[in-house]
Parts: sequence; C-alpha cells; structure tokens
Amino acid sequence: MTTQVLIAGFGGQGVLFAGKCLAYEGLYENKQVSWLPSYGPEMRGGTANCSVILSDEPVGSPIVNNPDVLIVMNLPSLDKYENATVKGGKIFVDSTLIARKVERADVDAFYIPATKIAQELGIPTLANMVIVGKMIKETGIVTFENACEAMKKVVSARHQDLLDANIKALNAGYNYAE
Amino acid sequence: MSEKVLMKGNEAIAEAAIKAGCRFYFGYPITPQTEIAAYMAKRMPKIGGTFLQAESEVSAINMVYGVAGAGYRVMTSSSSPGVSLKQEGISYIAGADLPALIINVQRGGPGLGGIQPSQSDYFQAVKGGGHGDYHLIVYAPASVQEMADYTIKAFDVADKYRMPVMLLADGTMGQMMEPVELPEVSANEIEKPWAVRGTNCARPHNIINSLYLKPEQLEKTNFDRFEKYKEIEKNECLYEEYMTEDADIVLVAFGIAARISKNAVVEARKQGLKVGLIRPITLWPFPSEVLNKTADRVKGFISVELSMGQMIEDVKLATECKKPVRLCNRTGGMIVSPEEVVESVKKLLSEVE
Repeated sequence: MTTQVLIAGFGGQGVLFAGKCLAYEGLYENKQVSWLPSYGPEMRGGTANCSVILSDEPVGSPIVNNPDVLIVMNLPSLDKYENATVKGGKIFVDSTLIARKVERADVDAFYIPATKIAQELGIPTLANMVIVGKMIKETGIVTFENACEAMKKVVSARHQDLLDANIKALNAGYNYAE
Repeated sequence: MSEKVLMKGNEAIAEAAIKAGCRFYFGYPITPQTEIAAYMAKRMPKIGGTFLQAESEVSAINMVYGVAGAGYRVMTSSSSPGVSLKQEGISYIAGADLPALIINVQRGGPGLGGIQPSQSDYFQAVKGGGHGDYHLIVYAPASVQEMADYTIKAFDVADKYRMPVMLLADGTMGQMMEPVELPEVSANEIEKPWAVRGTNCARPHNIINSLYLKPEQLEKTNFDRFEKYKEIEKNECLYEEYMTEDADIVLVAFGIAARISKNAVVEARKQGLKVGLIRPITLWPFPSEVLNKTADRVKGFISVELSMGQMIEDVKLATECKKPVRLCNRTGGMIVSPEEVVESVKKLLSEVE
C-alpha cells in the first residue's frame, strides 16, 4: 500500500510543516516515507507545495505528480492540481479560503473551513494542522493517537509550548463534522 | 546504529561528514545546497571544528587544498555554478595527490541556469572538470541514507587513494527528507606521513606541490597516478541491478533519475514489458563491465538523465554499441516522469522487435 499526498497553498500557511508532520507520523508507524518540498523564491505569499509518500514498500520516486490525497489551502493550488489527482482520490479543501467546489465527480471532495476554525481557537497559524486532522480522519492513513505522538518529535524542543496548540488544531480537524 | 530520523539530504551529508571526522568546512552559500553550510555553521563550533564562509568558491576550494595538505579531513560543497568556480582548485588538489571531499548538489545550467534539480554536470564530474590528466572518484547517491553512507565512504576512499572525491547529488536529493540512520563510525583515519604538519626538526620536510617543470617528471607522475586509477577501477566500482535478470530493455540511470526509473520499471512490468534498471552508484569508475555483459542478452538500453544526454556516451562506450542506446531526458530543472520513461521503452521495443 502506497499513499501519495500533495499539500499545496501559499508560502507561510505551513504547507511544508504539515507535510513534515505527516511524514513523521508515517515514520512513527514504521512506514517508508519521503518528503519533498518545492523550493525557490517562494517565501510568504508565493505558492508552496510538498510531496509526501507513505508506503509499506521502499519509496521509488519522491515526486508526487498524481496524488491519491490532495490538500489545498488556496485557489491556485486547487486549479492546478484538481485534474492531476488520481481517479477515486481524495481532495481536502480549506473552504474558508477557496469559494469554489471541486468540479470532478470521480474523486471524493471534503470541505473544511480550516482557517476559520483555527482563528476561532485562537491559533490562526495552525489551519494547516486542522486540515491535516480532517485528512487523517477521512483517510485513516495514520491513527490519531500516533499522529499526536509523532507531533512531539516534529515540534522542536525550543517550541514545546506550541505542542498543545498543534494537537488542539489536529483534534479540531479530526472531530469536525461537515 | 542510532534511531531513524527524518533529515534533508543536505543535512544528512553534513552530519555524516562530522561523524566521519571532518572538522573543516569551507563554502559559500548557493541554492539548493545551502543547508549543508548552515548545518556546518551550527555544528562545527560546538565540536571544536572550523566552519568558514569564504568570500568566494575559489577561496573556499583553496582553503580545502591547504587543510588537505595538512592531512586533515576537509570538505566543501556547492551547486553547479559554484562547482565550476572550484575546478581550478580541484585540479590542483588532484595534481598534489590530496584527499578531500567536494559535494555538488546540481541545479540546471549552463551559466547561472536555474535553481531546480539537474544532472547536467555529469561530464564535468567524470571527465575532468578542471585541466590536466586526472579523475575524481564520483559517488551518485539515490537516497538520503546513501547521501550519508557515501559521504562517510568518500572520506575513507579519499584517504586510501590520496585523491579528491566528489559526491554528485541534485536539488531533489538535497532538499528531500527521508528516514536516515546515521552510523556511529569511529573515524578510521589512516596515517598520513606525507602531511605538512611541522617536522619538529626530526625529518626532512614534506612538500605539497603540483608543479613539475621537467616534462619527464610530470609524465612519470601522471603515469603513476593512472596506475592508481587502474586499481580504483578494479576495486571501487559500485552499481545496483534491479529486475535485470529477464529484461529485454535495461534503463541506465543514477541519483533521482534512478528513483524515477524504478517506478517506471514497476509500471512497465505491470503492462507486461520486461524492463530492468542498472544504477551506477560510482559514475567514475563507471560500471562498464556489467553493462557490457548485459548488452549480450538484452535488446536495448535507455539512458534516463536530467540533462541533454551525457552519461549516454559512457553507456555506448561500455556496451560497445552492441545494442541500441536511446535517451529519455528532461533538462533545465524539469523532471522526467515514470510515464515518459515507459513511453520511451515502448518506442524502443517497437524499433527492435
């Protein structure tokens, strides 16, 4: 079993960090994982994305061209990657920031106002983890418990105070009902 | 062995170098390898090592030359345009028979090119790069684990043969994160009686030099050095074979292109096509022998490269053109897809069947 995930949005939304968390969660479950960021002049405001692969087999190419799971946090990313998603794939849309719906009928679309939820929780920078929480729930790619355990490794020692906030965001997304 | 951690390829190189006993790093920032310098800047002062950001790549490589002459493990890293600047120094280090590690995390070229991944410095790495008759041993890792493992091996091999070694990666390998286990190595540094570290007036002084004004002397030095290269070709060649036993078509690819090619092999086999992969791990010495033998039983080869086709020349030489050799490539920072590779397999099969 191999799951190819593409997470895309604006630089500054924590798209790369969300991918890193997912990769660590896979590692925590003894899966083979890879994480590949877009890199370049793409700091805050530009587009950013990362490819994450979780697999029971050694990972071949780390580049995700056709995701099984697509997370989009801005409209340009949905426009760009909707058609690249595999048939039967899952698309997760931050509906606070993206007004339109997924047009394809052969994929499962999930809408979650991740940015709004994060703002209401007082952790406006953690919309990324809200949407990852929702994705974990709908895909079962890793368990929620393991995701929380893995977070301890990802959040650096310097920022342990942010661990609770990250888990709160994950939890809010995981338990969100459309 | 320690616990598996997620690391970027660039960071894995840096940490592996430290584990291998490298205590001197000289470099200059350039995308996509800057994490190596950043990691060294953070770590070296804490372990009594030296990190120095030079004013240019030219001075960085000459600092490497100096420390190598003193017999200490030393490295520099850069990306394509920066590695071009280092070529003069690399030639001097080769000419003075000194061990050192040079990392090239390639990006698109020529000129300043772009910052996205590329493999178009193959010629530069394996055919010389700088002036004069010399070779570098060139490792082409294809995973973050290999970035670490071959960094450690590179230091050992450089010391063993007293020559500069290059690790040829690319932007993808440098930027991607994978689980990596960093081995606890005891830096098995060998005695270096040739090093310039002071004589204590107890012996004649050593000389580090690449200037030979008498042609007879220079010729002999070059002949001797090429005898050493013959040994290396015999002992140090590394490659991986993947599903080649019954293959009709064999892909030849290194680094990230090999990772993509593995996916292509799996996909092609699903479609009933017998495809395999030979992945050179050392680009010099090149795995010519296995390619030549394979040529006797397959229908053709495809060189999969992120360049306009450079390694393909070595594949043709190695196989003596016994079978057709085709190119499947993207360049300039674009990445070849497994589907493109499978298409090229089908095209070649339709020509040879």
